[in-house]
Amino acid sequence: MRRTKWFAAATVAAFVGAAGVAQAGDTFDSVMERGTVRCGVNTGLAGFSIADDQGNWTGLDVDYCRAVAAAVVGDSDKVEFVPLSAQQRFTALQSGEVDVLSRNTTWTLTRDVSLGIHFAGINFYDGQGFMVPADLGVDSAKQLDGAEVCVQTGTTTELNLADYFRAQNMSFKPVVFEGFEESLSAFFAGRCQVYTTDKSGLAAIKSVDAPNPDDYKILPETISKEPLGPSVRRGDDAWFAIAKWVLIALVQAEESGITSDNIDDMKANSDNPMVKRVLGASGDMGEKLGLDPEWAYRAIKQMGNYGEMYDRNVGMESPLGLDRGLNAQWTDGGLMYAPPIR
Amino acid sequence: MAEQVARKAGDSAAPPRREAGAFLRDPRVRAVLYQILVLGGVILLVAYLVSNTMDNLEERSIRTGFGFLSNEAGFYIGETTFVAYEASDSYGQAFVVGLLNTLRVALLGIVLSTIIGAIVGIARLSSNWLIAKLASVYVEVMRNIPLLLQLFFWYGAISFLLPSVRDAITVIPGVFLSKSGLQYAVPVSHPIHPWMGLAFLAAIAACVVYYKWAKRHQAETGREPNLLLPSLGMLIGLPALVWLAGGAPTQMDVPELATFRYVGGTSVTPEFLALLLGLTFYTAGFIAEIVRSGIVAVAWGQTEAASAIGLSRTLVLRLVLLPQALRIIVPPTTSQYLNLTKNSSLAVAIGYPDLVSVGNTTLNQTGQAIECISIMMACYLTISLSISFFMNWYNKHIALVER
Repeated sequence: MRRTKWFAAATVAAFVGAAGVAQAGDTFDSVMERGTVRCGVNTGLAGFSIADDQGNWTGLDVDYCRAVAAAVVGDSDKVEFVPLSAQQRFTALQSGEVDVLSRNTTWTLTRDVSLGIHFAGINFYDGQGFMVPADLGVDSAKQLDGAEVCVQTGTTTELNLADYFRAQNMSFKPVVFEGFEESLSAFFAGRCQVYTTDKSGLAAIKSVDAPNPDDYKILPETISKEPLGPSVRRGDDAWFAIAKWVLIALVQAEESGITSDNIDDMKANSDNPMVKRVLGASGDMGEKLGLDPEWAYRAIKQMGNYGEMYDRNVGMESPLGLDRGLNAQWTDGGLMYAPPIR
Repeated sequence: MAEQVARKAGDSAAPPRREAGAFLRDPRVRAVLYQILVLGGVILLVAYLVSNTMDNLEERSIRTGFGFLSNEAGFYIGETTFVAYEASDSYGQAFVVGLLNTLRVALLGIVLSTIIGAIVGIARLSSNWLIAKLASVYVEVMRNIPLLLQLFFWYGAISFLLPSVRDAITVIPGVFLSKSGLQYAVPVSHPIHPWMGLAFLAAIAACVVYYKWAKRHQAETGREPNLLLPSLGMLIGLPALVWLAGGAPTQMDVPELATFRYVGGTSVTPEFLALLLGLTFYTAGFIAEIVRSGIVAVAWGQTEAASAIGLSRTLVLRLVLLPQALRIIVPPTTSQYLNLTKNSSLAVAIGYPDLVSVGNTTLNQTGQAIECISIMMACYLTISLSISFFMNWYNKHIALVER
């Protein structure tokens, strides 16, 4: 009996001990004190967050974290990346282990409302798809009745998969892995006929992880909406605002034509009021966020605007080669639309 | 320790308060007081931790409580044991499926590892040099490689060595082996099947009665009746008779290759197979050592004395060595059973939907980490305590009865 009690106490202590680290409202202070932003990222997803053999992190989600660090601390290298599995991510954010979670995470009602986190925006509009071996003779997801599907646990992917097959009145057999690597290697070993995740992920897997990219194909159907974005802990509105507006500034910079190359020129010479406000040449946008006037200038100067990040990591300049699609600026028919910085 | 503390407390007390010190030195008071203090401390600590947790959860508006268990789960589970499960069922039902999957692999693993462990343990003592060495190699290899690696090994071996579904190996007609596992034919469900099960249970009961009668008969007459043949006859014969009486249904549900995999019959998935093999062979290595040490621990004189009164080698093992060795073997074997059950949670690594796998998925979908972890811990605690309880009962049963 005594043992049981200690066991329970120890477990509760494990949770609370972690939860006690951060208190509402002090994320900014602890970041400044520490001098770095702690950022939860994917353990390895090409294009979004992946570490090379020297331990340098790259990717769209990684670049967002660097932009936050540039805006807040002043240097885009002042980021501690914490690789998290799909399962660990929310607990890590809730407990204060990371300041920002930027890990291709889908914004859903349940997550936003009942997990103690806030989504700070959307940095990638994605949708779930299927990948099959090219020689399987399947052209459409509607032909997948009865297939075995490899999937990673703890994701919206798992739920969309069930929803889709239920809606289509088809059956399937899930083979669920905790690890991304394990689920992939099972698929490549032929354990399942189908692999499913977000389409950007499929593109990354096909071009980077597959033994031979031509042996696999991505089916045309997109079975879900996956708005991916960074999130922060609840209860710290100041930090939430910073996380949100750094992302907005990156998107606005692209719309206003500010790039990492022309930014100094724009700052010195532009008469555009929006550009001047974004770059801190006029107005007090930084002050309102509790930052200095050049917060957005540093983020854009060091990391580039949203479009540059996209092209570099997942777009045409990257192995993934994704076109902008939904992620284009609203002026180009996409969904990227920055609320006014004023 | 407590005594020292008490004495110090007494020493430091000022002279006018000697009575208080005397009170503290009273053995009867001491016996109770310190236990109350410790218990109170533990309760306070737990209360503080729980209330702190609740406050933190509240502050971040993280949902709490077990109400989510009746919500629709929305995800599928790859394999189920005994109960049917759909994505439209509740989280609670999903937990039950996970628990049953854990129990299935744990029970089978315990039975198989005991058998293999006993064989290997006895083989290590064999007078045949080759058999003894092979058994030693087995024990050393299995015990000294981490279980997780062994699981990856078995899973990898199954995934890579077996052909894809379309080129499945037909082991015997109706039994197919491929990357998707072992798919085999089973008799089509028939009303007679439950009755056959009942007949089998009746046969077991009859065997017990027969065994007791045989013992008595031997005690009275000195002649030992044949045990094996009548038992086998009853165990096979009774269900067979019922089957014949039910019209001898022979229709089989044979798996057939559909677009992607075999449909029909029953399957053993590679995940289950890899987990079972890994757990069984790993734990058998430990059990083998326990069995060997148990047998070696029985004094050599026992064997000599038994041989001296003319018992054969088999009888020496069965009547003299094993009953005494069992008393040494059972307690450590119990902890191996507990280990095996707990180790089955490594299933998540190779995709077997056990309790932890289902629990983790639920945890992720609902975000209610504390509740999900508590449920998992409560389940493992219950399973482990049940195993302990049973094994302790068995241990008492075989313990030396002093007269």
